Amino acid sequence: MSDDTAHGQPGTEVATVDEERYPVPDPGLEEHLPRLTDVDEKAADRATRQVATFFGLVPILSIGFVVVYFAVPGDAWVDFGPLQANSRNLLLGLTFGLALLFLGIGAVHWARKLMDDEEKIDYRHSAASSEADKNYMLTELDKVVDESKITRRKIIGRTLLAALATILLPMIVGLADLGPWPTKKKRAETIEKTIWAPGVRVVQDITFTPIKPEDIEIGQLINGEPANLQELEGAEFQIEKAKAAVIVVRMDPNTITIPPSRQDWAIGGILCYSKICTHVGCPISLWEQQTHHLLCPCHQSTFDLGNSGVVVFGPAARALPQLPITTDAEGYIIARSDFTVPVGPSYFERDSRNDFKEGDN
Amino acid sequence: MAEPAATVNDETAVQAQTPKKELGPVFKAAAGPTKWLDDRLGIAGLGRPFLRKVFPDHWSFLLGEIALYSFIVLILSGIFLTIWFKPSMAEIEYEGSYELLRGLHMSEAYASTLDISFDIRGGLLLRQMHHWAAAVFVAAMLTHSLRIFFTGAFRKPREINWLIGVAMLTLGIINGFTGYSLPDDLLSGTGLRFVDGLIRAIPVIGTWAEFFVFAGEFPGELIIPRLYMVHILLVPALLLGLIAVHLALVVYHKHTQYPGAGRVQGNVVGYPVFPVYAAKAGGFFLIVFGVLTLMGAVMQINPVWVFGPYNPAEVTAGSQPDWYMGFVEGGIRIMPNWEWHIGSTTWSWNVAIPGLGLMGLFFGLMAIYPFVEAWVTGDKSEHHLLDRPRNNPTRTAFGVAAMTGYAMLWIGGGNDLVATQFDVSLNAVTYFLRVAVFVAPVIAFLVTKRICIGLQHADRDRMLHGAESGVIDRAPSGKYSERHRPISAAQAFTLTQHEDIPALLPATDTDGYSEKEIRREQLRRKATRFFFIDTLRRPTRAEIEEAEHHHLHPMIIGDGEHHAIEAEEEHHLAK
Ligand code: HEM
Ligand code: FES
Repeated sequence: MSDDTAHGQPGTEVATVDEERYPVPDPGLEEHLPRLTDVDEKAADRATRQVATFFGLVPILSIGFVVVYFAVPGDAWVDFGPLQANSRNLLLGLTFGLALLFLGIGAVHWARKLMDDEEKIDYRHSAASSEADKNYMLTELDKVVDESKITRRKIIGRTLLAALATILLPMIVGLADLGPWPTKKKRAETIEKTIWAPGVRVVQDITFTPIKPEDIEIGQLINGEPANLQELEGAEFQIEKAKAAVIVVRMDPNTITIPPSRQDWAIGGILCYSKICTHVGCPISLWEQQTHHLLCPCHQSTFDLGNSGVVVFGPAARALPQLPITTDAEGYIIARSDFTVPVGPSYFERDSRNDFKEGDN
Repeated sequence: MAEPAATVNDETAVQAQTPKKELGPVFKAAAGPTKWLDDRLGIAGLGRPFLRKVFPDHWSFLLGEIALYSFIVLILSGIFLTIWFKPSMAEIEYEGSYELLRGLHMSEAYASTLDISFDIRGGLLLRQMHHWAAAVFVAAMLTHSLRIFFTGAFRKPREINWLIGVAMLTLGIINGFTGYSLPDDLLSGTGLRFVDGLIRAIPVIGTWAEFFVFAGEFPGELIIPRLYMVHILLVPALLLGLIAVHLALVVYHKHTQYPGAGRVQGNVVGYPVFPVYAAKAGGFFLIVFGVLTLMGAVMQINPVWVFGPYNPAEVTAGSQPDWYMGFVEGGIRIMPNWEWHIGSTTWSWNVAIPGLGLMGLFFGLMAIYPFVEAWVTGDKSEHHLLDRPRNNPTRTAFGVAAMTGYAMLWIGGGNDLVATQFDVSLNAVTYFLRVAVFVAPVIAFLVTKRICIGLQHADRDRMLHGAESGVIDRAPSGKYSERHRPISAAQAFTLTQHEDIPALLPATDTDGYSEKEIRREQLRRKATRFFFIDTLRRPTRAEIEEAEHHHLHPMIIGDGEHHAIEAEEEHHLAK
């Protein structure tokens, strides 16, 4: 990489290069023109003062930063038109940011106005090594191979290869415990199951209060959770919530179609669906009362809740799973069972034959 | 091996080489410590090739520098953030100073992000600087790679550096995404849910990949600690290594330069590293650092306290990922809902194609392009002079077509915003983009190519008829014509120094070649015709001389003669 060729000076390069390759000869590097600061001592003095001013502001701003750090309380706010910010954050950023900026501008200004600005020429070499280097390496490498005896004692080479290939095995196998293995049994206990079960009450998702059919008006949509979610905590809570979240809606029974197989999954016009999008799993939230369409805010897949949750638009490919519901003795809405198909986004082993499709009954 | 002992002769030789000379004030002060170091490290020898190494200057060379400097800012601000951030998904009750969330249950990761934002002095500034630096880092890498592409700087011997660049761009995007996920707020959790769906959708191994990445079901309790490791150790270490090699190669190959008088393949013209380049580059680093700090001070980014802690049953409408994920998001949104159900298996092309295929396509095409072009041209020589984009119209057109496709996808990432802003139906926007993503790049290709060729014509006119002067003459017959001025020798050279790459006719003399060789060669020749058939040849020496003859005065003049000739021309016309 070393490059200690002489550095050319533009002045020495006056001869024009007239090569056959070029239709027009290369006139050579343009002559260096002095800047104002090179010829006018006053201008140079001015530039010097400017650089010194930029540098001189830096200590002031740095000290300003320290003062702000200790003196400005955290709850003061600046309210200045479009700029509404925490004063401490703002002042810390302004002092430090301007200090950096002025230091940088000072350096660049110095380089542009005062440092010698004559361009220099370096000559290039081909990226490849020289023939001599190549030859040396090849002959020496031959000797290396020879000295190692590897060509005469072939068995060493072969076993070495086998050893190198297998030495990686422990490292790779060591990754097998990255997570539990999603075997058929494991899947049935995890992604193919939620905590919904016969008799589990549907509760409001924030207050956890149970819901009665008469609490819901036509056109209304309620975010629900299974009552038994409250018993869980931490990661388990999040995992189950990510699968069990539902929406309960009430529509005018005359405006919707309920297939015969799902007649007893609803209470009048009240239906319950998974809230987890079958696309990549966002919780779906945008409800259009008039059309009975439910729109996922993530990629706008649209499901028709008046028609067993089939997809009417967007990248999702499967209908929203419906949760069979009824009421218990006290009149609260409960689940009749878990979902009949896995909720959420697709995965390879998912058996989608039981999903509801347009035209099923 | 034993070194031969120093002899008296060596001593005298050393003395002879270092003549006594008066040291400048800077050297006097540093003489002691530098000698101490040099005795141990040989720094004079190490530094010798670099001290005055020449770097050419051009604004477009600053893009790579911005990427480098924002990476340094990311490391600096990131180290500070690690001091307080807790990468844990354990549930705690928030008791910090942000009233609106006090008493709520949340992960330690989210709570510590709130602490950084509200209770650590300067913490919010650091967070915002870090996030802005991430956005600028990826943007700078992308625009830097566009500069490389359009000027052909990826050609031999720099293909490896181009590949390193593609790897760094990928890693930068990945690290941005992992960082975005760390605070465990509602948006970052939604982003993770998206990744979960994406991983699941990989055919055959998806479920296994999901369980391995999340240590079980989504979200589990290990994903944030794992992403943390990836974010602050794995990817930054890889990036650091790649950046080191990238820069070492820039030094080894020496920087490319734009063509111009005196700037040719065999040389590099610019400023020496010390003092000018170092002052400019060092100053520019501080400027980038300063600007990112000011952005952190006055421009809010990712106000996690507004979104609240992650809740798998909630999402905010109009949620957007960071800008660099926009094109993937767009692909996901406009993709038709293709899914195969074969037996008891599901093949989720609606997610796998845009989610994984698109990134693979994007980076894959980028990675192979230099090799495709080299195969087409059959060119094995080194290139250190940059192309003016017009002189390779097909390459330039490919670049603009790729940008256009990217832009269509990116718009798709905000299709809901487009629909509400322009008051059109969301479905219409989506259907339009499904077509546009294929058609717009083709149109862009054709238009760009025409523009390039048009610019080549303009160059040719300048060469053969001189520059337009803006002065209109009226002949006695009433005919108007514009007066042309000769152009300078430097400009003439710049306009003609590039190489014409020939479009080849099918080979006819194929004796002695195998069937396969012939087919490959004919295919290559066909590709050269596609690439170069309609690029304009530069004027030849004969054409230029012919034009000069026709115009009765030289079309090209040396810089010094410029005014003299203009005056003479005036005189000539006045007669
Ligand atoms: C390639 C470079 C990097 C990129 C693109 C990047 C990007 C990001 C982003 C977008 C965030 C979210 C910030 C927020 O809004 O809160 C983040 C968070 C974080 N980053 Fe980085 N980062 C990079 C390198 C690093 C490095 C080198 C470190 C540490 C040595 C680091 C430490 C952290 C920490 C601790 C957080 C979480 C703190 C918080 O979110 O408040 N990052 N990163
Ligand atoms: S997650 Fe609902 S549309 Fe993508």
